[in-house]
Amino acid sequence: MSVLIFVELDNGAVKKTSLEAVAYGAEVAKLTGTTATVLALGKADASSLAQTGAFGAGKVLHAADEKLTHENSLAYADVLAQAVQQENSKIVIISKSGLGDAVAARAAAKLKAGIVSGVTELPVINGSFTVKRSIYTGKAFSNVEVKSDIKILVVKKNAIEAAESTGTAAVESFTPALRDSDFQASVGSVEKASSELSLTEADIIVSGGRGMKGPENWQPLLDFAKALGAATGCSKPVSDLDWRPHHEHIGQTGIKVAPNLYIACGISGAIQHLAGVNGSKYIVVINKDPEAPFFKAADYGIVGDIFEVLPKLTKAVEDLK
Amino acid sequence: MKILVCITNVPDTTAKITFTDNDTKLNKAGVQYIIGPYDDYALARAVELKEQLGGSVTVLHVGEADADPQIRKALAIGADDAIRVNAEPLDSYFTAAQIAHVAAENKYDLILMGRESIDFNSGVVHGLVGEMLGIPSYSPVMKLDINGTTATLAREIDGGKETLSVSLPLVLGCQEPISEWKIPNMRGIMTARTKPLNVVEPVSGEVLTSPEKYSLPAPKGACKMIAAAEAETLIKLLRTEAKVI
Ligand SMILES: Cc1cc2nc3c(=O)[nH]c(=O)nc-3n(C[C@H](O)[C@H](O)[C@H](O)COP(=O)(O)OP(=O)(O)OC[C@H]3O[C@@H](n4cnc5c(N)ncnc54)[C@H](O)[C@@H]3O)c2cc1C
Repeated sequence: MSVLIFVELDNGAVKKTSLEAVAYGAEVAKLTGTTATVLALGKADASSLAQTGAFGAGKVLHAADEKLTHENSLAYADVLAQAVQQENSKIVIISKSGLGDAVAARAAAKLKAGIVSGVTELPVINGSFTVKRSIYTGKAFSNVEVKSDIKILVVKKNAIEAAESTGTAAVESFTPALRDSDFQASVGSVEKASSELSLTEADIIVSGGRGMKGPENWQPLLDFAKALGAATGCSKPVSDLDWRPHHEHIGQTGIKVAPNLYIACGISGAIQHLAGVNGSKYIVVINKDPEAPFFKAADYGIVGDIFEVLPKLTKAVEDLK
Repeated sequence: MKILVCITNVPDTTAKITFTDNDTKLNKAGVQYIIGPYDDYALARAVELKEQLGGSVTVLHVGEADADPQIRKALAIGADDAIRVNAEPLDSYFTAAQIAHVAAENKYDLILMGRESIDFNSGVVHGLVGEMLGIPSYSPVMKLDINGTTATLAREIDGGKETLSVSLPLVLGCQEPISEWKIPNMRGIMTARTKPLNVVEPVSGEVLTSPEKYSLPAPKGACKMIAAAEAETLIKLLRTEAKVI
């Protein structure tokens, strides 16, 4: 009956967003009087798996088959459905990402499970099962009742405070049946900026807009991001113009982020851009135009020229160290 | 090449979202509806593939008659015909079951849709449809070419992208830069009026989740302004007040 948490791995280590999902799953397990079990697939670092215990997992099912190391939502959903059956789980927790949604979807169709994606709080369970989710790209929320026997919750970053304590989870090996049909695709090139911090995981993001004037001007922004240990993002026109790579595009039609701190440099704050950042805890806006709409959504603002302000900020961060 | 493009009918990206009826319904007053921006990319690529390879593009919408203007727009952009399943799209599972039913009856080589709808942002319908049909699904797809019965696609993965080769049939969730949004031309608008829009009744399907109540985020407090000449103060505040660095 345990609550099952599907985790994503990055180079064998459980991703930070997945650790949050583990903490969320452990809270749900408490609410339902059961335990939390983690499902990890492919090549994994044993100590990282055991560490999920510090976030509340009781045990880890590890399907170590090498074929599962490469991201494959078809196979992952298959394995997840088998784990749900073995554990007789009624609640599955997955952290929100492209992969998370894809795995949730295919597993839901196999299990006839109701999915709620974009969950922002713990569920309320009293006769019925209701959970709050984000809708209209962060402009509103909806409390959704889930009526199916098996329920899949796809949880947004920062849905709960994931406090790390001590404890280790026992890792058990899990050997699901793998179907050839899930491995038909042949993978060509994989381009991954491995040195960069991923936007969905980052605690701090420094983002640049058309106010940066051109790709050759990005260095001060990159320096500032580096000093902060931040990931870098951009507005849509910036990636459309190829000033920055497409995977940095944040907003309604790009990546939705929810860092602790989002710093917007030379971005006007169009509603479609705000839609991608409104989950951030704190927003800082630097713009030379005091009327820029972004200031209305910001916690801290500086009206000024980005190229004068950024070096000062970088120096101030370095002075802290 | 037989292509099905599934479109959503959603409030415009600039729409102000409010609720009525004791917060149980979206307030549609003054809200303009559009084809989902991601679905628009899927449609644009479908029309290009048809021009390249021949075949047909069918547009499918699960929803009520108020979506017909958006469906006509899709026909004006270049789809050949349209199907509207006449039912409120109650949840992802129900909607996917309707799409899978239409798809199973008509055997498409390619089923395209946006990576997510911009009203509920779930991003799960393509995966559900793929699994219901027993065929692969991929999302978000940023590049798509077809060669015979093989699709070559690039999809976004965390912090990068990868290319895949995979046999048709497929279900794909699309996003830019798979194509560029198309604006209907005069001829398109004229011919769209007479293109078939078939309204079919839904098959029975289960609804596994249902919204109980809607709410709006708490209003944001005032923005604290810092003079550019004293920009370093910001860093101090972020450390001591917000405690985020
Ligand atoms: C359907 C749809 C979907 C969209 N999706 C997205 C999306 O996902 N993400 C997104 O970002 N946009 C999206 N857009 C586009 C959006 O509407 C805006 O056009 C875009 O966000 C503007 O980008 P920007 O702020 O970088 O540029 P601009 O609006 O041109 O703003 C540049 C800003 O830089 C400031 N500036 C200029 N020079 C300086 C300087 N030296 N120092 C400081 N400040 C300076 C200016 O005052 C201005 O405020 C979408 C649009 C549509 C219609």
